Amino acid sequence: MLTFLSRRLLASIIVLLLASYLVYILSANAGDPLEALRTSTAKNKEALIEQRIHDLGLNVPAPLRYFLWLGGVLKVFVGHFTLGNNISGTPVTASVASAAVVTIQLIIASVVLAIVFGVLIGITTALRQYSGYDYTITFLAFLFFSLPSFFLAVVLKAYIGIAFNNYLGDPHVAWWAYVFIPLAIGGAAAGVAGGTRRFRWITFAIATAATLAVVAFVAATDWLVTPTLGAADIVLVAIVATALALLATMLNTGLSNRKALYSALTAVAVGLVLYFPFLAISNQLNLWTLLLLGVVTVVVGIVIGYLYGGYDRRQSMRNGAIAAFLTGVVIVISRFLRSWHDYTQFVANGRPIATVGSGTPNLNDISTSFWIHGLDTYTHLLLPTVSLCLISIAGYSRYMRANLLDVMNSDYIRTARAKGLNQRTVVMRHAFRNSLIPLTTIVAFDLGALLGGAVVTENVFAWSGMGLLFTNALKAVDVNSLMGYFVVAGVAVVVFNLLADAAYSALDPRIRIAA
Amino acid sequence: MSQLPPIEPDLNEAAAGGAAPATVAATDQQGNFELKEVEGLSQGRIVWRRFLRHRGAMISAGILLIVVLLAYSSEGIDALGIKIPGWWHYNYTQVANIANGGVPSWQHPFGQDSLGRDMFAVVMRGAQQSLMIVFIVGIISLVVGVIIGAASGFFRGWIDTILMRFTDIVLVIPLIVLTATLGRNFGARGSLILAIVLGLASWTALARLVRGDFLSLREREFVDAARVAGAGPWRIMMIHILPNAIGVIIVNTTLLMSATILTESAVSFLGFGVQFPDVSLGSVIGEYQTAFQTRPWLFFWPAAFIVIISLTINFIGDGLRDAFDPRQKRALNKAARKSAAAAREKARSAQPVEQTAQ
Repeated sequence: MLTFLSRRLLASIIVLLLASYLVYILSANAGDPLEALRTSTAKNKEALIEQRIHDLGLNVPAPLRYFLWLGGVLKVFVGHFTLGNNISGTPVTASVASAAVVTIQLIIASVVLAIVFGVLIGITTALRQYSGYDYTITFLAFLFFSLPSFFLAVVLKAYIGIAFNNYLGDPHVAWWAYVFIPLAIGGAAAGVAGGTRRFRWITFAIATAATLAVVAFVAATDWLVTPTLGAADIVLVAIVATALALLATMLNTGLSNRKALYSALTAVAVGLVLYFPFLAISNQLNLWTLLLLGVVTVVVGIVIGYLYGGYDRRQSMRNGAIAAFLTGVVIVISRFLRSWHDYTQFVANGRPIATVGSGTPNLNDISTSFWIHGLDTYTHLLLPTVSLCLISIAGYSRYMRANLLDVMNSDYIRTARAKGLNQRTVVMRHAFRNSLIPLTTIVAFDLGALLGGAVVTENVFAWSGMGLLFTNALKAVDVNSLMGYFVVAGVAVVVFNLLADAAYSALDPRIRIAA
Repeated sequence: MSQLPPIEPDLNEAAAGGAAPATVAATDQQGNFELKEVEGLSQGRIVWRRFLRHRGAMISAGILLIVVLLAYSSEGIDALGIKIPGWWHYNYTQVANIANGGVPSWQHPFGQDSLGRDMFAVVMRGAQQSLMIVFIVGIISLVVGVIIGAASGFFRGWIDTILMRFTDIVLVIPLIVLTATLGRNFGARGSLILAIVLGLASWTALARLVRGDFLSLREREFVDAARVAGAGPWRIMMIHILPNAIGVIIVNTTLLMSATILTESAVSFLGFGVQFPDVSLGSVIGEYQTAFQTRPWLFFWPAAFIVIISLTINFIGDGLRDAFDPRQKRALNKAARKSAAAAREKARSAQPVEQTAQ
């Protein structure tokens, strides 16, 4: 394994070097880096041109200039690492580092959400193969595959961002929201539920009625403007957290496992007891203390499951941990929502969903609250994340569907059924876990590619990440910036490809790499 | 075990392994229907028939044909020195007076842009360019990818190592980066050059797939037989292996083409692709993305054509994949499916007593 990885690494380094040479030549020939100066009206134009030629070493032909650049990179071994200066004379390393941070911020949420929803949709469509639900999702996946990302981004800006902001200015729920949203959710629920016709109709009716109630509730309380009921929030938290805990138990162990069910419900109850103390201390929290609290929450859930005991303790412990975690998430969301009104009024001037940029400028002057800062990040992340997500979800869901269908037809699933296991255990324990293995490869590839920046999305939403760094560098023929970009993007692709191989052989014992 | 009911009718052959007599009879029935359908037909004819029966693919092919005809007949052909005028009375470079703020009307069905150009003419010209780029990229990737993949997989050894490392070099550069940089280099020389350059950048995935197929096919008995009979490497590759890999090649070229229209429009959207005064669907959208709120027609029509072209090519690719897939059983037409189901039902109900007795 180690020999395999080191051999791959060596080959990758050679490949990277040759690729960087190719990129260097191409970008050096892409245009004239002095063009902006040549057309300028500055008096000392000649001197400026001379200066830039000297700074960037432009009198050395590009095929040789590459080695000057490479020399700077190789100084990493003697501690003088440099990627050269960009066209305006500042070091490239600084701009690449700040761009990489912005891009990582952008892609993490979208990758996580895309995996969660892609897997969910993939599983449900595979289990309901050739149903109306399956066909609808298939068509939608094809549609999102075929959508140019810039089109999706611009449409989201107009119809989600701006429309939602307008709605907040005049909170009035249109009639069609009462009709189409419940019908769509009900239809999807019936499609997922499957089973006999009678069962599907019952599911449809219940889901439609529940969604209708939610829409009516939102309209009646102007929930999207002031999403809080004051102290009565705890009732909502209780309802949502209990529902999530029940759902998790249903999928995880089945409701018939009483000890697991009680551990989950106890975890929810403990969370509710701590709700008001949490609100009281919430203003002193920051990201790290919140993460620490999250770890504590999971541990508490495990302890609850342990105390319930029983013959299969680990199931209760796992279930308790999941329920505790979900309850914690619901409570944190509820805390965020309590700051929502302040945020829209005092920070965002009534138009919270941002369509450009990665944060409100000078936010620290307005507020230093962790919750306000969090909301600011989310509202700026929302649209780019959704537009990146939708396209990835289409891909992941198709992939997951094919995987699960493959696994469900395999011999060990037939063995599992023959042992008399129920559908839930077969799907969740035997099929689901195994069908996730090939997905890790795809996700690793995607992560590597995305670290090179979501070029188009960043352009539309004016996020100054890797993608925008690249397009600006290419427009200005700023070779050093472009190479700085390529070092990060290329290394990311290589590293994640290696990780994908290593992860695959670690997860699937049938794959053994012959060194 | 023998009581195990079929999980779903469509997965019948998987469930029938349990050897319940009733289900075996049913599978036989179904098998007969399929056999009768393909009796005396060559592999190519079978695939072609399956493809013709794929409803989504056929509808898509029809729509794509209409789009191609519309784009090329309305604006005429203006490439390689050949000039044939079309039936539409505006040209995409022609600047007219802006009527009514450029809102779509009978005179200008897609509206007018801020210069006064007729948007129908612009969109049709953009569709022409985008289609041309898609097809040229498809053809070049097909040729280069198949040659490199075939040589790599067939000869193995140092040829394989060199060709695959070369493929890796191209693959490690993100596609949008490679195409944008190439476009910045060659975009100003006209869209035909741009198409050829893009084609030279997008063959990598196809080469890898073809290599994989060739690696496994060259170990098969029929290749040994051909070699024993005295066939040279060229003949073995062209006559014996390539026809067996044709499914993978055709399907992936189609999917590559649908991806290309998105890549091309993204690159043109960023301003590195087709250059003014020529237009492609992506460059039109890139030019007018800020006008979306006030004049949505400048944005929606080109976007709609991108989506239509990409979606139809995707569906055609899907249909081809189903047609080439030997495990595919759903190509039976509706009547045959129905009678097969009826036969299955009959066979099952025929022996209920013996079933329970076992």
